[in-house]
Amino acid sequence: MNLNDILDSLFPTGHTVSLVNHVITGEAMTAQGKVAVLGTTDAAAIDHAMALALSGFILDTVEKHPGRPLIFMVDTSGQALSRSQELLCLNGSLAHLASCVDLARRQGHRSLSLVTANAVSGGFLSFGLMTDCTYALSDAQVRVMDLRAMSRVTKIAHERLVALAGNSPTFAPGAENYVRMGGIEAIWPAPSAALLERALASVACPPDDRRMQKALERGGRNMAADIAARVQNAKVGT
Amino acid sequence: MTRSTRKSWFEATARTRIAGLLDAGSFCEIMPPAESQPSPHLAQLDLPGAFDDGVVIGCGQIEKRPVFVAAQEGQFMGGAVGEIHGAKMVGLLRRAVEEKPAAVVLLIDSGGVRLHEANAGLIAISEIMRAVLDARAAGLPVIALVGGSCGAFGGMGIVAKLCSAIVISEEGRLALSGPEVIETVAGVEEFDARDRALVWRVTGGKHRYLMGDCAALVEDDIPAFRAGAAELLAAWREPEPGIAQLRARQKMLEDRLAAYGDFRDGLQVWAALGVAQPETVPSIDRDSLVALKEGLPT
Repeated sequence: MNLNDILDSLFPTGHTVSLVNHVITGEAMTAQGKVAVLGTTDAAAIDHAMALALSGFILDTVEKHPGRPLIFMVDTSGQALSRSQELLCLNGSLAHLASCVDLARRQGHRSLSLVTANAVSGGFLSFGLMTDCTYALSDAQVRVMDLRAMSRVTKIAHERLVALAGNSPTFAPGAENYVRMGGIEAIWPAPSAALLERALASVACPPDDRRMQKALERGGRNMAADIAARVQNAKVGT
Repeated sequence: MTRSTRKSWFEATARTRIAGLLDAGSFCEIMPPAESQPSPHLAQLDLPGAFDDGVVIGCGQIEKRPVFVAAQEGQFMGGAVGEIHGAKMVGLLRRAVEEKPAAVVLLIDSGGVRLHEANAGLIAISEIMRAVLDARAAGLPVIALVGGSCGAFGGMGIVAKLCSAIVISEEGRLALSGPEVIETVAGVEEFDARDRALVWRVTGGKHRYLMGDCAALVEDDIPAFRAGAAELLAAWREPEPGIAQLRARQKMLEDRLAAYGDFRDGLQVWAALGVAQPETVPSIDRDSLVALKEGLPT
């Protein structure tokens, strides 16, 4: 599904969005008023320029349109893999982008992201996973690494990983697994204005990070919530 | 100081680092190995686990200031973040927001997500990112110490850059993708991971310090990390999160990209920063490098 079709379905009453260097920025109308629309397309490998285009647009929105919700379109194959990018501390620009999403939240901007096609590791961490709620279209690919590459790195036979992937949401690629693990709120069968409105209305205030509890309720990560709570409540000798 | 009298941070275990970082006898571990369990996800793959899951957390003091610490063990699974490992760090950061120690100190030594539990690890790192920003918004400085054998890579490289400040050693490395990954995907001509000197000129502590991505450069020595952390903490005032700082950082990053975006080697950046003899940077000692940085035009 191409970006324009997705935007037309999400914002049938209108959107004005520009696309430069794989980065989407613009605005759209919803029943709850205007929203900022931003993100990446064509499986963008996020580099400094893209991260800074997104962070700059977030800061503009916070300054010019207080409270305007931020709707992120996520289509990223991860981070750009190059020496010149690393030379200028790419993790620093991705951290800056994440800080901007976080600042917007603290300033009262609701945010949500929709994985339209691909969501992979560093690119996903820097904005898709930083919003109040993350959703994915049903054919979206969400992963850290595909199983063949994972087999190479971990030196575990590919067939073994494929067999285990069937019953473990912990390492196998797939948006459904991220739903069970609490990282994605829900999968949308198709982009829809009604689903978007409902999602936006459901953002809790203040939006605490409840992904561990969701993972427990959904049987995806069964230990994380308990361990974090035990660390928070442990008696410590003086 | 000669190399032989140093207590290398790079070679030490997480527990040895904590013991040398904190005031003697002040460390109190939270969820020690006896109260925890190894990762069942690793067991499912017939891999050995660790009862602390590769991260040691607790509280203690640095020069009498109460701090919370989390130290990743690079010698276990490359310090990588799995479900339990990540949840321990998140729990510690959330506890810090309640208890308000003087700071949280993260001893980062990690390649990022633990691939054997990749989805759990990725989401856990996202939770750590949010928890670090929550702690800072509550007024707590979060200091990262980077000097272990695994550096700070992947998601943990992002976490490090979300901290209030980073203390790094020359041996420390800070980046997103490891050179091996870039070489595998983009080819040896893009990044030769076996060229150690090049790897350090692109990701190493001296380069990150010269560019201002790390606040302090220290020797590869446990007491030097302690002194560096103590000095930062004594002077640090955690600012409230606000648009002015992020605007300033946005401009700095944009200017830097415009000026250095085509460079591919630290030598080029250092020359552009005004270092008269960039080729000497890899060989000069820590004190000389700090003096050199302080003399650079701003």
